[in-house]
Amino acid sequence: MKQSLVLRDLAGRPVRTAVLTVLTALLALTVLGGTVIVTSLRRGLGALESRLGADIMVVPYEATTQKKFENIVLQGATGYFYMDSARAEKVAQCAGIGQISPQYFLASASSGCCSIPVQIIGFDPETDFTITPWIRRSYGGSLQKNDIVVGNDLNAFVGDTLKFYGVECRVAAKLDRTGTYFDTAVFTSAETIRSLIASSQALGMNDFADADPSKSVSCLLINAAEGCVPEEIVNDINLHVKRVKAIQTKEMISGIADGLAGVSAVIGILIAAVWVLGMVILLLVFTMSVNERKKEFAVLRIAGASRGMLAGLVMKQALVTGLLGGIGGVLLALAAVLPFHTAIESRLGLPFLLPAAGTVVLFALAAILLSVLTGAAAAAVSALRISRIDTALILRGEN
Amino acid sequence: MMLKGVGISKEFLRESRGTNRFFAVQETDIALESGQMTVLMGRSGSGKSTLLNMLAGLMQPSSGHILLGDTDLYALSDKALSRLRCEQIGVIPQGQTVLHSLNVVQNVCLPYTLYGEDAHEADARALLERLGIGALCDVKPAELSGGELRRVAIARAMLRKPAVLLADEPTADLDDENTEAVLGDLKQAAQDGAAVLVVTHETGAERFADRLLRMNAGALAEVSPAGDSGVSDGL
Repeated sequence: MKQSLVLRDLAGRPVRTAVLTVLTALLALTVLGGTVIVTSLRRGLGALESRLGADIMVVPYEATTQKKFENIVLQGATGYFYMDSARAEKVAQCAGIGQISPQYFLASASSGCCSIPVQIIGFDPETDFTITPWIRRSYGGSLQKNDIVVGNDLNAFVGDTLKFYGVECRVAAKLDRTGTYFDTAVFTSAETIRSLIASSQALGMNDFADADPSKSVSCLLINAAEGCVPEEIVNDINLHVKRVKAIQTKEMISGIADGLAGVSAVIGILIAAVWVLGMVILLLVFTMSVNERKKEFAVLRIAGASRGMLAGLVMKQALVTGLLGGIGGVLLALAAVLPFHTAIESRLGLPFLLPAAGTVVLFALAAILLSVLTGAAAAAVSALRISRIDTALILRGEN
Repeated sequence: MMLKGVGISKEFLRESRGTNRFFAVQETDIALESGQMTVLMGRSGSGKSTLLNMLAGLMQPSSGHILLGDTDLYALSDKALSRLRCEQIGVIPQGQTVLHSLNVVQNVCLPYTLYGEDAHEADARALLERLGIGALCDVKPAELSGGELRRVAIARAMLRKPAVLLADEPTADLDDENTEAVLGDLKQAAQDGAAVLVVTHETGAERFADRLLRMNAGALAEVSPAGDSGVSDGL
């Protein structure tokens, strides 16, 4: 029945209850939403690093002058560039290289899976060490001629047939989501992409009309041999191989890492600001509410309530509104972040990979707990004050 | 059961006056006996409410003891004193004292529901019926008049049939008809066995008194039936 006095009082003052609940909901919403976004960005960066999976990338020098390769490799832009495979062979002769594998790029004109052109990335299954391990998680077999593997965000499924430049390709597998731009790409073997490049040239839809698909590569991915320093290999390649540019992938993603750090800092500041503001407003609301209800607390006191019971009433009401607000805020945060993660990703322009469901649940519980504790902390001051009221003076209207 | 104040006084610090200390209640004895309605009269600021609050266990005296039977109220912990007040001492404070989030009957049942006991709602409804506001049991206090609110406070104080009933200006702001009714209700409680103290400045209250006291500048004195003041002190 004591409990029902708490609930009856909350129900009997709907505006005050709503204000307290909405404020705590805002706290939970900010904390959970911010935490999920920052965690997703960190996971996205991690996924991008592991997808690049190489110490060094070598591209034709012409591609670097327009930042074209960074847009393609990191930002998900569609595009392509080629260099003669003779240059690739010279690169391969440089000292300190442990693994080296070529990749081939082509942008589709259109396809049945997508409303916009998609990036097609070819790799050499014999030497590849970045894409194959990832594909193996979804597809155990080896890719046959005209087999393709599609990113998770593409509207195509295993067994579908997609036509690129008049060539029909069978979807052999669909990859797990990475939160990066690879989710909208198509992967295939070197053999298949060469035939696609040739078809695009035959249709007059390739800017590199003179390039020989069988003697061209778009980039080389390199892992340093054990004990070798990637930086020295990069210097060696840039010094000794003409018309190519070697870049450490670590440097390539440093821009993204910087962007992520900036976004994380902004979100962190936002969370702290909302938290401090929310705490101050909660404190004010509880203080005003207790001041306004002093006479009611005096009534409870003359009816036999102890000082501890008065403090308990305030604290229980704070816990109930904190719990309601916390749950509401968590539901709002989940409704705002989970369905719109692709919109957030494209708005921020950073790789974004949502945490696992279990982690989100843990974050949600922590956000609810924090909201409840914040409400309780804000109410504690008022509870302490109300436990010290001078009932006689209040009843005489002097306090 | 008798409620006694033995050698009690209340001294306040007040910096705005010439002297820092003043006695709201000068050292006195008082005894409230079961079955008697004691009316305490006096001008505003004479110390009547301070005395009542001390007797109710709401304001610790500067000296002396308040005894309910053999129990010294201020020797108890706040928790024990609150429980004892809930069960044994009904207080009708000044003004309108209800919880606006509860309806009338829920307000009246507070002394039970506070401690998670059965609400005794049927008893509360019967009591409200007896006090003439039975039809208002389920309405919110905002819809009640001043006299009706006062009766809700009386019902709340009387529901547990306390041994002591302390009423502070229970008829303030009421019209003559309501004043008569409220004083009649308190007299009835005394006739039912409670020790009743009514603090008032209503001159008509003497008619209901079994015993009449007067307070003047913190000094308590018994008034003779003829109305002479200061006949005796040490009550």
